[in-house]
Amino acid sequence: MKFSENWLRERVAIDATREALVERLTMAGLEVEGVEPIGDGLDLVVVAEILSAEPHPNADRLRVCRVSTGDAAAPVTIVCGAPNARAGLRAPLARPGARLPNGTTIRVAAVRGVESHGMLCSAAELGLAADASGLLELPGDAPVGAPLAQWLGLPDASLELKLTPNRPDCLGMEGLAAEVATLFDAPRRALEVPVVAVTSPRAPPIRIDAPAACPRYLGRAIEDVDPSRPTPQWMVERLRRAGIRSISAIVDCTNYVMLELGQPMHAFDLDRIGGGIVVRMAREGERLVLLDEREVALDPGFLVIADAGAPLAVAGVMGGHGSRVTDATRHLFLESAHFAPDAIIGRARKLGLHTDASHRFERGVDPALPERALERLSALLLEVVGGRAGPIVRAEHPDALPSRPEIRLRRERLARVLGMSIRDGRVEAILRGLDMRVEAGADGWTVVPPTRRFDLSIEEDLIEEVARVHGYDAVPTRLPGVGGRVAAPTEARVPDSVLRGVLTTRGYVEAINFAFVPPAWLEAWQLAEGAIALANPLSADLAVMRTALLPGLVDAIRRNLARQQTRVRLFETGRVFRAGPDGPVETQRVALAACGSAAAEQWGVRARPMDWYDLRGDVEHLFALLGAARADIQLEPASDPWLHPGRSALVRRDGAAIGRVGVLHPRLAKRLDLGLDVHVAEFDLDPLVARELPRATAISPFPQVRRDLALVVPDEVPFAALAASVRRAAGAVLKDLVLFDEYRGPGMPAGRRSLAIGLILQDDSRTLIDPDVDAVVSAVTDAAGAEFRATLRA
Amino acid sequence: MTNLIDDYAPRIAAASGPEALEALRVALFGKSGLVTEQLKQLGKLPPDERKARGAEINAARDQLQALIEARREALEEARLEARLAAERIDVTMPGRGADPGNLHPVTRTLERISSIFARLGYESADGPEIEDDHHNFEALNFPPHHPARAMHDTFYFPDGRLLRTHTSPVQIRAMRAGKPPFRVIAAGKVYRSDSDQTHSPMFHQMEGLLVDERVSFAELKGTLAAFVRAFFERDFEMRFRPSYFPFTEPSAEVDIRWERPDGSHAWLEVLGCGMVHPNVLAACGIDPERWTGFAFGLGIERFAMLRYGVADLRAFYENDLRFLRQFA
Repeated sequence: MKFSENWLRERVAIDATREALVERLTMAGLEVEGVEPIGDGLDLVVVAEILSAEPHPNADRLRVCRVSTGDAAAPVTIVCGAPNARAGLRAPLARPGARLPNGTTIRVAAVRGVESHGMLCSAAELGLAADASGLLELPGDAPVGAPLAQWLGLPDASLELKLTPNRPDCLGMEGLAAEVATLFDAPRRALEVPVVAVTSPRAPPIRIDAPAACPRYLGRAIEDVDPSRPTPQWMVERLRRAGIRSISAIVDCTNYVMLELGQPMHAFDLDRIGGGIVVRMAREGERLVLLDEREVALDPGFLVIADAGAPLAVAGVMGGHGSRVTDATRHLFLESAHFAPDAIIGRARKLGLHTDASHRFERGVDPALPERALERLSALLLEVVGGRAGPIVRAEHPDALPSRPEIRLRRERLARVLGMSIRDGRVEAILRGLDMRVEAGADGWTVVPPTRRFDLSIEEDLIEEVARVHGYDAVPTRLPGVGGRVAAPTEARVPDSVLRGVLTTRGYVEAINFAFVPPAWLEAWQLAEGAIALANPLSADLAVMRTALLPGLVDAIRRNLARQQTRVRLFETGRVFRAGPDGPVETQRVALAACGSAAAEQWGVRARPMDWYDLRGDVEHLFALLGAARADIQLEPASDPWLHPGRSALVRRDGAAIGRVGVLHPRLAKRLDLGLDVHVAEFDLDPLVARELPRATAISPFPQVRRDLALVVPDEVPFAALAASVRRAAGAVLKDLVLFDEYRGPGMPAGRRSLAIGLILQDDSRTLIDPDVDAVVSAVTDAAGAEFRATLRA
Repeated sequence: MTNLIDDYAPRIAAASGPEALEALRVALFGKSGLVTEQLKQLGKLPPDERKARGAEINAARDQLQALIEARREALEEARLEARLAAERIDVTMPGRGADPGNLHPVTRTLERISSIFARLGYESADGPEIEDDHHNFEALNFPPHHPARAMHDTFYFPDGRLLRTHTSPVQIRAMRAGKPPFRVIAAGKVYRSDSDQTHSPMFHQMEGLLVDERVSFAELKGTLAAFVRAFFERDFEMRFRPSYFPFTEPSAEVDIRWERPDGSHAWLEVLGCGMVHPNVLAACGIDPERWTGFAFGLGIERFAMLRYGVADLRAFYENDLRFLRQFA
């Protein structure tokens, strides 16, 4: 809501400065988001009349004007280049000494040999509007010689309110004035709206077929208007300062009353209405060409204003093209109605529209306004475009009008919610100032809000009113006491911050990607199954919810590589989404992606590309958080299409799959334009971080024994299988097992490799002696031999 | 004996290494060393001379031994010095292997905010990002089609579900899952279909909720003032400005007086808050006559931008290492 500050001050007698007004409004919940001063710097700018305009002797495009500034005896000479400079035009003249808002200082100066005593100005040069195409044309009744600022009611400012949706009552000067009067405890100047004389019998019938949607519809015919008459300058100015362009006198008058009182109204060409007015829901298949000349399809969800035949307008949204007022219009039909917010909400949006009318009706317009607004509009129109007014025709369903129930406000509740008490007199003054009916009782008040306040229906609504007018600043500031209980941090999972700490320590930088991705990514990764698409994505690139973190993370790697990075390690935690039988399933994940050299470039260490075991090392740091010895984590070859079939592993915890670790499939890497191997891992977070409390056990007092053996096994035997066999065969005496070498090559039969393992043995009840150790070793080699054809390396 | 000392003292002092010194020691104190021999001769002297002679030899022996010991220490010291000199390295060269990563600034900010509220006794709660209309709007007192919904440009799914537009639905879930009193924070991703320099279609919010028997707007003001001060580690001029959210009443936006780089000041909105609307409490089965509470919501990116001087919101989601690395 944008409005002229001077207009407001005309309605409320406040002497606060502009800054104080802006501050007070903002601090009462009517945030002023823009202040645009108008007409500063117009000293020495006057209304002038061009008496003659002759071609400049030395310049084709310039004219030499004789200009009157009211003193008939002494016209001044002005050199002017504006295309519309012509005899008889009234326009602003900046006289020597004037300093215009754009910084120009006006002096007497020779222009191509002719002395010019000032400058005729465009609206832009005066900072009044953007139009710089020619002189600002003033109406023929503009008083020649008068200071322009004074005549235009300047200086002024356009103030723009960022109104919250609960305050439609401030979308008109009248409601706003009431608010401001209360905030400043200042008197209001009521707008007198006299009843216009009825001089025409014309009274088109009105019928309401949808009383819940339209409980009140008032109309009036005005015959024999002259639509060609100009809008008065003062009205054009007020509209302009409210951000509304002047269109025609009739439209301007309806807009003006909407700004003044808050009631949107519509003027139809009476001759285009066939029979009477019917307010009804649209019928299936009905169509209407709107004022903006777009044809829209209607359905029974739309309330329409129709005549005997077809819809004329979408109620509360926009009029129709066919019944619009044109230059040829002779008779008007004026509409002033109350439409229920529920009947208007969402309809404009559905038609791709947002109009001043829909904005107001969606939020709620005072149901008591239509008659007053109609009288006001009638009076303005008779004055501006003439004509003869018919009687007001009314159709009403009073029981469908919004009711105004009494609200109880308890003194104790007010104090309890605000944390402070406010004096009774102050509470009553605030509520009455906002036009509420207030009756004091023993423990508080009974309050009836005015019909324009759709936002007030319960006690808290009134508490907020009292608080915001009294000032939130007055409420004390104190901390709540400690609560009755202390939050118990769980140890059953590794905190996210610890998990992130491990990854950052391992060199990974945290990334955050959008949770919606291009569908093509998921297709490329073959991860599109179960993906959930948005109905209204912002763009095709943000159209489906991710089913995995890695496509986004790998794309981030690609983009960083394109920015001259050579070694990139990223991780991300976040949710992935898939359709499930009972709706979407959200899963927390953590993912890692890395490429480039194994270590950052440095001296003394031979650079080598990262390999799978580097990645696995990083991942094992995560497993270590769970107590690696206790957690049952197994890796086995994975077969996902996006992973290198020979360099990828499925990770199981307690038998259940929890993630993948691997190298991106070269085919996918090529398709994604990646010129190097990218190592990736992605885990479900919850099973990855679930852990048990450590249980302390006694430390064995007996010494450990280490025995190393090299077992030669066929290539296809995985180390994990061999290790499991060794553990089984060795039994409880085996405390640890380390793999310290892998060997293939000379001395080794083809298709076999030697795995060197160290067995750390210890008994909890005695010192192990050689025969014990030998027994373990032979049990281990026997088992490995039987299960895997393993032999001891010679 | 004086001759012996005069003879050997310079030789001990000139011994060039442990081996030479050992040879001198053997020459003096070995089985047939000069001093040893002298002592052997002692028994042959008459008893009256023996005592004086013995004292003389012993004094000479002590003196020579001390000289040898001193020389030995000097040699060892010299050897250590030489080793230390030889082992000198360039300590200004970089260390091996260290190349840690770092948190995303949004996470860093989120962890900071969480830790402040954890100290005030708030527990973390969580809810889905794909929400239903009921939790995101209806239970929060947004009537269907209400213009207040238009302030939330919502992403929908074909089945009518939506991406949560704020973290406030977690309030509803937390209150329905437990019994008052509540002190809860919920942080996470939220989504709005809006994208420009100051709007991202996905961003992060944190929601706070406190419900208890004696909680008023005064405690809300106190809590947020304490939080802002703790987060920025400084005092701010703050103001609570009346505003409107369907799920709180009275409602407020919190502005802080922010100093721009050029030294000028402006009010910056940093938080939305209010007393939990009685309809919301009632929708969660909580008696609004007995319990009152407050709720607040804040944008994590907003706090990160202010705290770390990030100028463009979009930088948070470009994942450019040159940006991310600045938050190490």
